[in-house]
Amino acid sequence: MAWTNKVLRVNLSEGTCKSEPLNTEWAQDYIGQRGLATRYMVEEVDATCDPLGPDNKLIFATGPLTGTMASTGGRYSVITKGPLTGAIACSNSGGFLGAELKSAGWDMVILEGKSDKPVYLYIENEEAQLLSADDLWGKSVWETDELLHKKHQDPQLRIAACGRSAETGCLYAGVVNDLHRAAGRSGVGTVMASKNLKALAVRGTRGVGNIKDPARFMETAREQKQVLADHPVTGEGLPTLGTQVLMNVINETGALPTRNMREVKFDGARKISGEQMLEVRKTDGRPNLTTNAACFGCTIACGRISTIDQGHFTVENKPQYWGNSGGLEYEAAWALGADTGVDDLDALTYANFLCNEDGFDPISFGSTVAAAMELFDIGAISTKETGGMEFNFGSAEALAWAAEKVATGEGFGADLALGSKRLCEKYGHPELSMTVKGQEFPAYDPRGIQGMGLTYATSNRGACHLRSYTVSSEILGIPEKTDPLVTDGKAGLVKAFQDVTAAWDSTGLCLFTSFAWSLENVAPHMDSACEGDWDADRLMETGERIWNLERDFNMRAGLTAADDTLPKRLLEEAANTGPAEGKVSGLAEMLPEYYKERGWRQDGNLSDETRERLRLPG
Amino acid sequence: MQKSLHIDPGKCTGCVQCELACSFENEGVFNTAKSRIKVFTFHQEGRFVPYTCTQCDEAWCMQACPVDAIVINAKTGSKDIIEDRCVGCKVCTIACPFGTVNYNQDTGKVIKCDLCGGDPACASACPTAAITYIDADTTGLDRMRAWAAKTDNTAQASA
Repeated sequence: MAWTNKVLRVNLSEGTCKSEPLNTEWAQDYIGQRGLATRYMVEEVDATCDPLGPDNKLIFATGPLTGTMASTGGRYSVITKGPLTGAIACSNSGGFLGAELKSAGWDMVILEGKSDKPVYLYIENEEAQLLSADDLWGKSVWETDELLHKKHQDPQLRIAACGRSAETGCLYAGVVNDLHRAAGRSGVGTVMASKNLKALAVRGTRGVGNIKDPARFMETAREQKQVLADHPVTGEGLPTLGTQVLMNVINETGALPTRNMREVKFDGARKISGEQMLEVRKTDGRPNLTTNAACFGCTIACGRISTIDQGHFTVENKPQYWGNSGGLEYEAAWALGADTGVDDLDALTYANFLCNEDGFDPISFGSTVAAAMELFDIGAISTKETGGMEFNFGSAEALAWAAEKVATGEGFGADLALGSKRLCEKYGHPELSMTVKGQEFPAYDPRGIQGMGLTYATSNRGACHLRSYTVSSEILGIPEKTDPLVTDGKAGLVKAFQDVTAAWDSTGLCLFTSFAWSLENVAPHMDSACEGDWDADRLMETGERIWNLERDFNMRAGLTAADDTLPKRLLEEAANTGPAEGKVSGLAEMLPEYYKERGWRQDGNLSDETRERLRLPG
Repeated sequence: MQKSLHIDPGKCTGCVQCELACSFENEGVFNTAKSRIKVFTFHQEGRFVPYTCTQCDEAWCMQACPVDAIVINAKTGSKDIIEDRCVGCKVCTIACPFGTVNYNQDTGKVIKCDLCGGDPACASACPTAAITYIDADTTGLDRMRAWAAKTDNTAQASA
């Protein structure tokens, strides 16, 4: 229960939409969302397939708690083989689309094949159909949203779409829902566009009602909401400053990657911080931040709703950007700001708006711009390649220009749309790409936060902070403080965070609850809502199963132990200032121990014992 | 003491916990489409506004109903639908100037807020106190207090 037990299977080649029962046996072993969709991927998709070919599949998956009153219970993920990484991709998003899909009666939508012509999927409860998207192709996410609302005359329609960046092949294009929430990473939007699928438009009025023990579930949800409200991070820090609460904290730690990770401290950090977003601008008397905002069912409300100063050079004479929209979150502010050396808050907000408007990942985009700036700095590229733009570190003009170009894939934008790895390879300096498995780093320097080095190196979807957020332990002391500068014990810590997170994502809850909750707080939600007995131990074991299944997919896809590494810069160039001064990432000390903890062979493959213990498919 | 639902949009984050609580209380499912309270998002302005029945004293809906299916709840003062009497003519949905009475196509009846009989689920669920259930005679108290706090004691006001 809590699952709708229905899967919508859409064959884009044949133009068919069919309902089929959910594999409930798998649901018991893989929960939902990230885990369960990966199980379907492993069963149905050849891991060696071309991510942008018709054999890849694209799954929109909710969790059993999606659409319920459990705080933050509105998440969905898009699961596919990622074009940026060649690995399993799983991008998680909030907003309202996931709950709407569940309320329409679907646990997940599996999209397969490739449509001849542009289409969008329209779902109204049980009814699903593919409709022509001829008039939507070539339009931004925001235009698509507006056109679909107009066409269907339904203001309550929830829409997820890919933007022009995806259509023109940007390898880190995401799927954007509700205008500014995104399944952002690894190019899941690129896969969507490769199938000629422009959007999902969903209206669900059936609701989520099949709760195992409604009275206990309601009591649990009430109690656990209170735990979030009483915690300093989820009750105070995140609502007030959003994830941007971290900018000054991480900078002070000496772990804020700066100028393509040449440095670990950014002198302009304060000017692009959450605190700065609250400061009234001298020019127009308003702060950057208008209000905080919640996703479906979320009692934390970390979302940022911002404006750009109308007189700022980026939006002068562009009134379409004068209203409010999704503002900067920490990872975006870091990638667009510290990593490029740009400390102009309005320029960052503008670039962030464009990332949402045309659906490309601000982390990968910002990091790729940072790599281009370093290439420019060392003379590997010049204005000849960029098309006239001076790509200097710290140039807000270059950042804003780059966002406009990637949005449409024009000129040098097509190079930037390749991502940092391919860009740096193209111009002869692969060592300048700050990526793992082809995916760009987020906002924590592994030299100053050692656990994050192992996290990045072993993440199943390429460099990522959301696969094991050891920052929580190493910096914030949650659930317990560990020293960010030592490698001892980090193998076990990373494994534990990876397993916990895999289970957490699969329930349909938001990972941000984990600042205040442990699996002990998640379990009663699951146990009162879902069929079966769910306790923290079972969730932990399920998380481990999911992690290993993702790993197994990657190994079948052709990745090897050699891909579990970091760029040379982080392994050889020491941090030049702050608490981590003189340190490099101690990955070599952590990785063998990690493999051992995982029960993996030296070649990075799962051992037979591990496979058997976790009951993984053969 | 009669109480009122008091809504302070400035505190709303748009989380729709109120809609979930309302639909669960009244329909037994989590279904924002069947909620008697709705949160509206004004995206360009960055505003969220919850809206529901204000329980008018001389309720247009009640006056308009041809079969006396809307009655005053003596305990709470809410205007309640008597489902058995409602014929689904929808005249009340036209009569209500605020649009807070709506037709439910699944049942063929109308639905509106009934203050959950005196313990509104939306107010209990709201995480930011944007929706509270307070003394009907003093819904302006907090705002008066805020202005009072700003008053300069040395100045004299005339009204």
